[in-house]
Order: sequence, then structure tokens, then C-alpha cells
Amino acid sequence: MTDTKQMPNTSVDGNTPTHAIDIEVLSRGRNARQMADETPCLQVQGLNLFYGKKQALYDVDMVIPKQRVTAYIGPSGCGKSTLLRCINRMNDLVDGVQIDGRILLDEQNIYDKSVNVADLRRRVGMVFQKPNPFPKSIYENVAYGLRLQGIKDRRTMDEVVENALKSAALWDEVKDRLHDSAFGLSGGQQQRLVIARAIAIEPEVLLLDEPASALDPISTLKIEELIYELKNKYTIVIVTHNMQQAARVSDYTAFMYMGKLIEYGDTNTLFTNPHQKQTEDYITGRYG
Amino acid sequence: MGTGNISHHISQQFNEELEAVRHKVLTMGGLVEEQIENATTALVSGDVDQAEGVISRDYQVNAFEVAVDEESIQILARRQPAAGDLRLIVAVIKTITDLERMGDQAEKVARMAIHLADMERPKNQYSELEHLSEQVRKMLRGALDAFARMDAEAAANVAQEDLKVDAEYDAIMRQMITFMMEDPRNVRRTLDTMWSARALERIGDHARNICEYVIYLVKGKDVRHISLEELSKEASD
Repeated sequence: MTDTKQMPNTSVDGNTPTHAIDIEVLSRGRNARQMADETPCLQVQGLNLFYGKKQALYDVDMVIPKQRVTAYIGPSGCGKSTLLRCINRMNDLVDGVQIDGRILLDEQNIYDKSVNVADLRRRVGMVFQKPNPFPKSIYENVAYGLRLQGIKDRRTMDEVVENALKSAALWDEVKDRLHDSAFGLSGGQQQRLVIARAIAIEPEVLLLDEPASALDPISTLKIEELIYELKNKYTIVIVTHNMQQAARVSDYTAFMYMGKLIEYGDTNTLFTNPHQKQTEDYITGRYG
Repeated sequence: MGTGNISHHISQQFNEELEAVRHKVLTMGGLVEEQIENATTALVSGDVDQAEGVISRDYQVNAFEVAVDEESIQILARRQPAAGDLRLIVAVIKTITDLERMGDQAEKVARMAIHLADMERPKNQYSELEHLSEQVRKMLRGALDAFARMDAEAAANVAQEDLKVDAEYDAIMRQMITFMMEDPRNVRRTLDTMWSARALERIGDHARNICEYVIYLVKGKDVRHISLEELSKEASD
């Protein structure tokens, strides 16, 4: 068989590699990503949270880097969802909740009196475990946030809806039935629709609370692929019970236990060589 | 991660699977050690039957490699191990490759034993090979002990022994060269002796590799391709 193909990494003369691998970069290996090199997006500082008398979060300090995926893992009731909900002040809605400490979003404390909560939630979008589309058409679901912002121009609206659906990897599946009810979509499609609705208003941060736990494995992989795409534009914080999912999608992982942040670091290290025994026990499925 | 740590999974079955794999590695190690010992004895005593026994048992070492590989792959696919469990499986997969190669080296020594059995025996009765073989078996035993006890410092100490093995191998080489110079009729026998020494020296290198996997398993640090001093430091940190 005569073959005119060249080896992909060899030049025409067959000697000098054209895509030589940089040995320096190669040997940095898994330490290539380091928190110190990141730009902070959110900074949680000394956060304590009480539901009535019961303390649910103890002195949480962490920096969440910009345009990265940060995952919270931990057993049920460890406070990971509570912590996530603090980031867009969803806990304000709970009776008897008391929160001390600060969360800075781009250097501004979101618990400051001057902060407009509706405005904060526009900047920090959230997606829940069960897809919750509105009882409206697919189009209207995505357009909803824009209408609230007072945008009326049909052209702008069409464009934003299309872009949001494309970013959420749903456009090809729904472009011919934009005006059908959102309830006709499958669970996985509904979840991507909800993500499209969240990103239509261009938030800075996306909070995902178990976004794939009600979905089948294929829909789950589509959501994970979507998360990977979205981190180019957004800072993503995800809570998941599925450790393999955290290992697959996140750049940084935080392990929480009984309201405390036990270990937080780059995902590669946390899943191959965690520093804390509690983390090791949890991710390897041991009882402590 | 300590030895007790292999158990305590919520899944009892997972405990058993990991324990089974670990047990097979240690058994395979014992078999390889025996092969090296028998090959050496066959060479020293000129016992062709014993040498043939070593050659015919090499398939058992290979069978262990295949079986442990298969079990490890199944654990990776079905359990998706993380942290210490993941490092254990990775260390196991690498360790059995080195053990299998040691088995091949033992077989090589046995083949040399058959060649040498027909020839005139040297005055020292191959005592230098006997001694080298003892040293590398001690290294192998130490490496397996460190693996069984998950003891990084012990592994580092065993790895240090490779220096002695290398020095001894060099001494044998020099000695063999003088034999060949003394009398060209010695060349064939001397070459076979040299091949045997070479095979034993390689076994020492493989034992050192296993020590490095043990340090990776216990400490989560990759200590390949660094000096022995650095290796000891990493193991005791």
C-alpha cells in the first residue's frame, strides 16, 4: 500500500517534529493547574449559617476561581447545598436562618445592605435537581428573563433565544418546535432548557444543584459536556452526589462534612492523593 | 495509606476483590523468588533437571500476570477506584509486569545452567553468581514485604540495596574479563556466566522498580527517575 500520509507530528523531511511536545510543560504534569494562578470570582470568608439554633455551616473560607468548574461533594446533610444557596442568597427565603460572614462576588460583599437581591440573582443563575420549566412554550421559557428586563424587540429576542439554546446544546433538537410546550421535552432536554433560560440573561456565575441526578446516563453526559463548554464563559459551581461526575467535570473539588469544609483543592490531587483521611474515606467508599 | 486500610469499604465485596488481587501479587512474588532460587541452584550444581523444571514453570508466572491484570481491569471498570484504592490498582498492574520480567530472567539463568552443565566447572563453583542471586532475592523479598505492609521507608531502604548489586555485577564483569584474557578456551563458559550475572542484575533493577511503586502507593508520590537520596527523602517525608 503506497501511502502519502505523513506521521502527524513529523515534518515533510520526516526528521524534525513539527508539533514537538514541550518537556517543561509535560513534566509539570498534574500540577499544571494551580489555585495561585487563578483569578478569584467568589470569595467565601468566615461563613457561618444557622437554621434556628442548629448550625449548618462552620467557618467556611474558600476562593472560587473565575471560569472554572468547582464541585462540592460530601454526604447528605453536610451543608453543600446550603453553601451553594448562600451564593445567590436563596437561603434568605428560609425562615429563621442566620448568616454571618461574607461572600465577595468580584470584590463586593453580596450580603451588604446595598445589594439588590434580584440583581444579584441575575448575575448568579441557578439550576436545580429537577428540571423546572415554566408552563409555557420552549421559546417563552428562554425569553422569560429578557421580558422581565423589559426587552421587547422581537429581533433581539429571537437572537438571544437562539444563542442560548445553541449554548445549551439544545437548538438542533428544538428549532422546529420552538412554540410547542416545554413539557413535551424529555427530562434531559428540559434540564438543558432550564440551563438555556439561566444563561439567556448572561449571568457571571452558574450554580448547579445536582443538575443530572434525575437524568439517564446519556442525558447526564450531555449535561456534563455542556458544563465543559460553558466554563469558557461562566464560573460554574456544582453540587453533586455522584463523585465520578465531580471527578469528570470539575477543575477544583471541595469536600464537606458536617457543615465544615474539610478539603479543597485541584480535582486531580483530591481524587488521586487526598490529604485528609476523611476525604479519602468518603471518595473510596469507606466508613470512617 | 496503611495496611489495615485495604478493608473498611462499605462494600464488603470490594474489600474482598482488593484483598484477592493483593494476595495474588504476593503469591506471584513468592513463585518468582522460588524460580530465581531454583535457577541459581541448578546453575551452581549443574543440575539440568532442575533447570528444566524452572523453564517449564515459567508459564505459571505468566498465568499470574494475565489473571491479575484481568482482575485489576475489572476493578477499574466496575468500581472506579479513587485515591488509595486507585493507587493500589495502578501499583499492582505495574508490579506484576516487573515480576513477570523477573520470571523471564530466572528462565534465562536456567537456560545458561543447561549450557554450563556440559562444561568444565570453575574452581569457585560459581560462588559469585550464588552470592549475587542471594542479594537480588533479598531485594525482591524486601520489596514484597514493603508492599504487603505498605511501608514506604522499608521500600526506600530496599531500593538502596540496588547500589550493592550493581557494584557486585561490575566486579563480576571485571573478573570475567581477566578469565577470558588468561585463556581463550574459557570464553564460552565465561560469556554464559556473564549473561547469567546480567540477568540477576536486571532482577535487582526490577525489585527497585517495585519499591518505587510501593512509595507511590503509600505516599502518592512518583519517585521514578530520581536519585536514591531523593527517593529516600520522599519516602520518609
